[in-house]
Amino acid sequence: MVWGELKNTAAERRLFQRRAMVMLVFVLVLMTGLLARMYQLQIVEHEIYTTLSDKNRVQVQSVPPPRGLVYDRNNILLAENRPVFSLTVVPERVGDMDATLARLSDILSIADEDLERFERRLREPRRPFQAIPLSYDLDEAEIARMAVHRHQFPGVEVEAELVRYYPHSELTAHALGFVGRINRDELQRIDPVNYAGTNYIGKSGIERFYEEALHGQVGYQHVETNARGRILRVLERVNPVPGEDLQLHLDLRLQRRAHELMEGRRGAIIAIEPKTGGILALASVPGFDANKFVTGISVNDYRELSQSIDKPLFNRALRGQYPPASTIKPMMAVAALDSGATNRDRRIWDPGYFQLREGGRRFRNWNRSGDGWVDLKYSMARSNDVYFYEVGVDMGVDVMSSYLARFGFGEDATLDVSGALTGLLPTADWKRAVKNEPWYPGDSVNMSIGQGFLLATPMQLATATALIANRGLWVEPRLLKDVHGDSPVEEFLPEQTHEQLELNDPDDWEYVVDTMEEVMHGARGTGRSAGRGASYRMAGKTGTAQVFSLGQDEEYDEEQIKERLRDHALFVGFAPADDPKIAVAVIVENGGSGSGAAAPVARALFDAWLEEFPAQEAETVISDSRTAGGDN
Amino acid sequence: MAGSKLWSSQSSSDLGRNRSVWSALHLDPVLLGLLLLLVGGGLFVLYSGADRNIDVVKAQGIRLGVAFVVMFVFAQLDPAVFRRWAPWLYGLGLIGLVAVLLVGVGAKGAQRWLALPGLPRFQPSEFMKLVVPMMAAWYLSRYYLPPTFPKVMTGLVIVLLPMFLIIQQPDLGTSLLVGMAGIFVVFFAGISWKLIAAFLAMVSVSAPLMWFFVMREYQKQRVLTLLDPQSDPLGAGWNIIQSKTAIGSGGMEGKGWLQGTQSHLEFLPESHTDFIVAVLAEEFGFVGMLLLLTLYFLIILRCLYISVTAQDSFGRLVAGALTMTFFIYIFVNIGMVSGLLPVVGVPLPLISYGGTSSVTLMAAFGVLMSIHTHRRMITA
Repeated sequence: MVWGELKNTAAERRLFQRRAMVMLVFVLVLMTGLLARMYQLQIVEHEIYTTLSDKNRVQVQSVPPPRGLVYDRNNILLAENRPVFSLTVVPERVGDMDATLARLSDILSIADEDLERFERRLREPRRPFQAIPLSYDLDEAEIARMAVHRHQFPGVEVEAELVRYYPHSELTAHALGFVGRINRDELQRIDPVNYAGTNYIGKSGIERFYEEALHGQVGYQHVETNARGRILRVLERVNPVPGEDLQLHLDLRLQRRAHELMEGRRGAIIAIEPKTGGILALASVPGFDANKFVTGISVNDYRELSQSIDKPLFNRALRGQYPPASTIKPMMAVAALDSGATNRDRRIWDPGYFQLREGGRRFRNWNRSGDGWVDLKYSMARSNDVYFYEVGVDMGVDVMSSYLARFGFGEDATLDVSGALTGLLPTADWKRAVKNEPWYPGDSVNMSIGQGFLLATPMQLATATALIANRGLWVEPRLLKDVHGDSPVEEFLPEQTHEQLELNDPDDWEYVVDTMEEVMHGARGTGRSAGRGASYRMAGKTGTAQVFSLGQDEEYDEEQIKERLRDHALFVGFAPADDPKIAVAVIVENGGSGSGAAAPVARALFDAWLEEFPAQEAETVISDSRTAGGDN
Repeated sequence: MAGSKLWSSQSSSDLGRNRSVWSALHLDPVLLGLLLLLVGGGLFVLYSGADRNIDVVKAQGIRLGVAFVVMFVFAQLDPAVFRRWAPWLYGLGLIGLVAVLLVGVGAKGAQRWLALPGLPRFQPSEFMKLVVPMMAAWYLSRYYLPPTFPKVMTGLVIVLLPMFLIIQQPDLGTSLLVGMAGIFVVFFAGISWKLIAAFLAMVSVSAPLMWFFVMREYQKQRVLTLLDPQSDPLGAGWNIIQSKTAIGSGGMEGKGWLQGTQSHLEFLPESHTDFIVAVLAEEFGFVGMLLLLTLYFLIILRCLYISVTAQDSFGRLVAGALTMTFFIYIFVNIGMVSGLLPVVGVPLPLISYGGTSSVTLMAAFGVLMSIHTHRRMITA
């Protein structure tokens, strides 16, 4: 033991000293290596890593602008923004997506549809580190539960976002349109910078047409975030420019009245202020709740809406293409007078039918027994078909078409109404090209009373009626009345493109208006029951469009035909006749007759617009001044 | 240099002319001073690395207190005690390692702890960091040095046996440190350079074999990640990218204490444990790293001095091996954090948060002080 302990030769000590020196050098070399590595990272590559470090912590976030609001002409809010709390997921920050979703559905109720949509969006191309919404419109209890469990869900956040809300949606869905989630096609189209923080885009109507103005300009902020993406502080911020607030010509009261009058029926109403072209009411009945579409409609709700026999999603006012029937006669009368095909004194014998030649096909007057000798005024008032057959054949298709075109048929003549269809304005060339047949005189006969190939939308009928009310002065229909910002409204409205419709004898306008007054106020006018007892003069024209055609001499019993095969009831008109403040087109699908179903609707709108509403306003003003007086 | 003065004054007391208070306490004031400096600075860095959590600093302070007590106790023991007990402790350690594999507890898929009733939980592998060099030194110092080839082989078996058992846990970091501790004993004993060259050649040949037959999937992944961190920037490469970013963005003077964005914004993982040196580099820059490495180097220098001046071969071999183990800690940790070496679980000695490694390290310094201060009055 002693030997072992003291076995301590000088040789062993020197050996160890040499080895220790080697180790010292070894340590020095490696430590210098570490120091060199530090020098490389901290001095040589310092810039690179500073950039990396800043990129880590500083992120640029877009701040979406609040979407512009939409008001009616009396500044009643039609479209606003409401905070909605949604659950969003940043996939890059979630470790195990399936497990996270499973645990989330333990504490929240996530609809299968939401889950499906989420998984779909997960597979779609998207910006990295962008939050994908999973569930919308969380209630307070769900928000509280998420707050408690938040630490278990990295990458999952409750986010407040402003979402479009339409407080009068059932009334305004067709007039305003709606916004919805940006889809893949739209993603290709939009400016990725300006829409960086935006999830919604106008899908139809005003929302679509004025998308640019309503959207505003995106803002951004530099924020410092931690590794989990939580924002710690805002370093720099450029505020977004909110979208423009729009004021429409639309009057919610009239819009509501229109819907009330059409309650339980199908059809459309357009009311236009002739002087301004402002659309006062745009109703397509039945309507629907556009709010359902904003965050994404459920499959069941959509199926119910889209498969309903009443077609609530179909915008009849803009996209319903109907035979205008006798409501085309005022425009035909203008065409016939101006083209010289007839004059105010010309009389035609009506035996109850019209034949192009002896023994040929009989085109019947609606009054089978015939009206005898008729002139233009009488034919308008009684809606005599035979007079228009004869005049129509005299004019021929090209003259009729060219005049109707100047009334805005066969085109979308609106300024800012999105999605309006053009109807069908037939010409001889059109028939040859599409039907591969020549234009027969019989086609002109049908066209002269608004049947046959001619198709028009309620919007077109209202536009043409307003043109008559304006005595040929074109003011294209529009919804936008004003913007609430500093910019003038002209900056947002497209240019007018239509020129004034000038007649050889401008007095013809007054004459045609006279004949339309005769419809409403004449002893034998078809609209006389609707015009009875009015304190003002109105001009109008009824129309009854066949839904299916009858062979000649066929009789039919209205009762036996199913409700949906009954004739469409139409009416166009304006009031007061000498100083028009409102022009309307009304169509009641399968309403039976224009005079029975459509004209009374128009009369009620005239009364409301010309008497009821101004009286209410006067009362409000008086009571306001009374209250003001009482305060003093 | 002030240091050399301290050294010479200390060496004069070594000759025993006037036994100071330090000698009576069996402490080395130079080493103790350097350690206290390191530990004190380390707590400041830890406060930042733990994101201003003072509780973490307090807990570490208590652990370090315990570790210093352990060091003091070990310093009081005569090196002869270590030598006498080395074989028995070694046997006990092997039993412990086998027990860990059979009934051990642990986390993250590795069994490292032994929870015996009535005893605090402990890691036999940690214990072996001290015992393996002692056992190897005990065995080799029984004979004339340098050892003969059969003695070397026996010495290597003594080292490789516990190393193999620790790898099974699996704990690559600790097995590496235990193995290195033993191999340094063999090196210091004077194994011939030809043999060293032969071993190195064998290792380089067997490395590919290790890759295919021994290394586990996660270990291979770490090596691959080291070679190309960008291949999986959000997964395995994250740690390396973020720690390099922390170090590099520190620059010359650093971002300032508590100002490191990488650690405080949680981009840097393990910022108060294995990756704490990145916090130091980020907040104190190249200057801070220079100071840290200098401090470590001074400690190593002092320990090598203690080793060289030890009275017998056992003391020299144990002291030298423990010193070099300490260095391996430093090199592996900083090399790993700065992206030079694969990620292995080796803490930064006496700075990373964690009690076990601190206690083991301070016990080793206790052994060094014991070797330095227990001297027999004989002339060499």
